[in-house]
Amino acid sequence: MRRRIAPYLLVLPGGLWLIAFLVVPLVFMASVSTQEGDIVNGFAQTFRFANFADALTEYRTQFLRSAGYGLAGTVLTIALAYPVAYWIAFKAGRRKSTYLLLVLLPFFVSFVLRTVSWKFLLADDGILLQPLKSAGLLAQDFHVLQTTAAVVGGLTYNYLPFMVLPIYVALERVDPRVVEASQDLYASRLTSFTKVVLPLSLPGVFAGVLMTFVPMTADYVNAAILGGPANTMIGNIIQTEYLVNNDYPAGAALSFTLMAAMLIGIFVYARALGTENVLEAAAR
Amino acid sequence: MTEIQAGRGAAVAAASGDSQVPAIELDGVVKEYQAQGEVVQAVKGVSLSIAEGEFFSMLGPSGCGKTTTMRMIAGFEDPSRGTVRLHGQDVTDVPPNKRDVNMVFQSYALFPHMSVWENVAFGLRRRRVPAQEIKNRVGAILEIVDLTGREKRRPREMSGGQQQRVALARALVNNPRALLLDEPLGALDLKLRQAMQMELKRIQREVGITFVYVTHDQNEALTMSDRIAVMNDGLVEQLAGPREIYERPATTFVAGFIGTSNLLSGTAERVDGGTALLRVGERGRVLVPVGDDVRQGGAVEVTVRPEKIRISVEEPAADVSAVPGTVAEVVYLGTYNSYAVNLAGGAEFTVFEQNASNSDITAERGASVWLSWQPQHSYAIGS
Repeated sequence: MRRRIAPYLLVLPGGLWLIAFLVVPLVFMASVSTQEGDIVNGFAQTFRFANFADALTEYRTQFLRSAGYGLAGTVLTIALAYPVAYWIAFKAGRRKSTYLLLVLLPFFVSFVLRTVSWKFLLADDGILLQPLKSAGLLAQDFHVLQTTAAVVGGLTYNYLPFMVLPIYVALERVDPRVVEASQDLYASRLTSFTKVVLPLSLPGVFAGVLMTFVPMTADYVNAAILGGPANTMIGNIIQTEYLVNNDYPAGAALSFTLMAAMLIGIFVYARALGTENVLEAAAR
Repeated sequence: MTEIQAGRGAAVAAASGDSQVPAIELDGVVKEYQAQGEVVQAVKGVSLSIAEGEFFSMLGPSGCGKTTTMRMIAGFEDPSRGTVRLHGQDVTDVPPNKRDVNMVFQSYALFPHMSVWENVAFGLRRRRVPAQEIKNRVGAILEIVDLTGREKRRPREMSGGQQQRVALARALVNNPRALLLDEPLGALDLKLRQAMQMELKRIQREVGITFVYVTHDQNEALTMSDRIAVMNDGLVEQLAGPREIYERPATTFVAGFIGTSNLLSGTAERVDGGTALLRVGERGRVLVPVGDDVRQGGAVEVTVRPEKIRISVEEPAADVSAVPGTVAEVVYLGTYNSYAVNLAGGAEFTVFEQNASNSDITAERGASVWLSWQPQHSYAIGS
């Protein structure tokens, strides 16, 4: 009897926590998303599903922009993180853990604070641009802040470690003998990489994409601090609806739409790029 | 193949038709490592030549340099000094992917993300062999290693023995000039290992390729090899056929490493016509064939195999080596009895006695016995 109960007892604390702070708010939000009213007169449940349609039509641009930024940021993090992870896994020798710590070091500083630091560094008359402008190397009206590049750059910077770590773990697991075997079977260094190391590290890239694309697309800090009015992401809209406009149903409808889009996206991604399929393609 | 043949050079071309060009030659090969500021020599100068079609083993304890030596033949390690030649061509600076030898790794090192078929076809694809030929050759080699019908399996879905055969097929399918095997049977259990030993020997005869086999298992080396290089501490201690290695070990290390060996040291009381007489204790006498370098009064070390020794209660005839002792232990081992005997001179000997009859053991523990053997069955080892 005790044996049957023990596993459930183990899951109980975490399960209760999730029910209290995830399931209950979700149900509550789902209910709010179809309500009508305003903050002064109160909200009433009218099952107004048009809230969703309204949210989508009104903020279509921001939805698409978020997806675009998330995609661009993810591609950039892969491009930056893969070589770093590769180098740490295969070339760093005994100092691996030191370099991994360096990659994680920014986490010891608050997310917002790091992003604000970037704003300070990249300001129009800041320590980076001002000297270049004085020297006549840049036009006086040149600016980095309030551009797409600044927001995508900020996203890339902030989520880089989430890409480095899973790729590093995958590369670390690649048996060096398997790489040697490929060279023994006449593969050049490049072929050895494309046919053996890369396919074997793809699961790490997949994990990294999940861990960066989702939070990047829902991010609002980077757009708020580094971007301008033309860079508003869906996260900023949701924040504004809740905290500024006090239009809770609109905010809830937006949140649910974003969540549904993400879930569908992840599902399609996992289906289309299932590890097995990709590995099979790579073996050829 | 063509590039290799073209690159074999004038020296080889001049010797063409002469099958005496060794498949593999090592010339004064040294491998040094930097370890915590110190220079460590893993291989301290190995020179050997392996003939075409030979089954050649490198045998020794772990850390003796045998694997490093093999990795230098494969091209994974650069020798610090010395030359590696394949079929007369200097390949010391040639990377592994341009060497016409293939390796079977200790842990198989199969590509986990590829099927058996893709694993085996990997080398042929890299060499841009036409698709139809790849199909034929992969099919043929899978038949030889008895894996037909399992082409689509992934390595992790197969047993150790099957993975082993995939690794073998993956290397052999390329028709290498030599196949290097690094303890390929180490991960298999005893039964399977013995079956695979026979299998390897059969495949080697069938394909006629030079096999270089690294192992720490003396039985494996003795069973399969044409010649064995016994290595210790980065050097080759003895290079000879299995019979000679076993019967006439050149050094105390070889005597101790191969099989069970009994060692006895003493002073030559008399040297007469290539035979030395040693006194052991008060009554023991040992006759042993020696070389010219042993003079009267010189130190001699004698080795004799346990199965060559006769154990008896009565003192044997005068024309054999005979030493008295006390039985310290008797172990019944099925086909034979094993005795541990403390000799009068202080040495400890092991003696195997065949269970030829149903009779009881010759001597109980604590009994006084005589050990005797024919002088030609013992060997003096140079120090």
